[in-house]
Amino acid sequence: MSQNDDVLRSDFDLEFTYTRTYGAVMSKFFTELKDKKVLGIKGSEGQVICPPLEYDPKTADTLSEFVEVSDTGVITTWSWVNTPLDKHPLDKPFAWILVKLDGADTAMLHALDADKADVKTGAKVKIRWADERVGTINDIACFESVK
Amino acid sequence: MSEEKQMVEGFESPINLKYSFAAGAATSKFLNEIKQGRIVGQRSDVTGFVSVPPRGACPMSGTPTTEEVRLPETGTVISYTIVHIPIPNAPVKPPFIVANIVLDECDQTFIHLVSECDNEKLAIGERVKAIWKDKAEWDLTLENIKYFVPTGEGAIDIAELKAKRLAETEKYRNA
Repeated sequence: MSQNDDVLRSDFDLEFTYTRTYGAVMSKFFTELKDKKVLGIKGSEGQVICPPLEYDPKTADTLSEFVEVSDTGVITTWSWVNTPLDKHPLDKPFAWILVKLDGADTAMLHALDADKADVKTGAKVKIRWADERVGTINDIACFESVK
Repeated sequence: MSEEKQMVEGFESPINLKYSFAAGAATSKFLNEIKQGRIVGQRSDVTGFVSVPPRGACPMSGTPTTEEVRLPETGTVISYTIVHIPIPNAPVKPPFIVANIVLDECDQTFIHLVSECDNEKLAIGERVKAIWKDKAEWDLTLENIKYFVPTGEGAIDIAELKAKRLAETEKYRNA
């Protein structure tokens, strides 16, 4: 027996009960997401930014013109997760992907439920909606492959 | 009727961190002793510094400490504050005194409550002693000491106390 058996141990949970406000632009995005609509926003150079930003990343102009984009898109990059953690959206191996939705010029991060063989840059994917939607990013349960 | 949507304005985003805290050998020993009603610190054989609760290393030199020192239940208030704002889940009701106390024969302060005194009359240098909870309630915690109370001796000069301790630690100094 090691000496370490004499060492006291104790579990403790530290919790910060944050409530975050979306602000005008993200509020609009999540309100529509709840109704299965994905919005982007038009940037200063006409590019569609999705998820929408409040200000143009280059010119810092205030943005306000929302554009609906598709629930399908393509993978721009990905990372495979072999052993999901408790708080991951899927409880089986999955991929984190950056997905550029059709109609958008920028990519967003989400989880992809797919066979590892189907996870490729450029592969087509589609939103799988959550049954219960409340206006958070989890209203998109995950993405799935389109064959 | 216009289609007026209820806007989603925010979301709950709690952060939950699950720790498994290991007290380490020195603090485990301290906690087991305090459960028996004894305050046991450690002395550094390099600097002579006596720390409580001990962490297994001398805070001055960083060298490991092994020598145990049974400490008395009397000490001196080094600094204090009067708390007027209630703290959620705290058993004590404001106003109460939180003090930085150094036990006699010891060189390191710890934070504890001072009670059963006139808040306005407490002074830095006040001599205090530990009041323990009922033995039946003793557990692995410094909270076995309910609080400290003034001994009635009044306040001493903490600069003198510091000088006295410095001279005392020199006797044990091997560096």
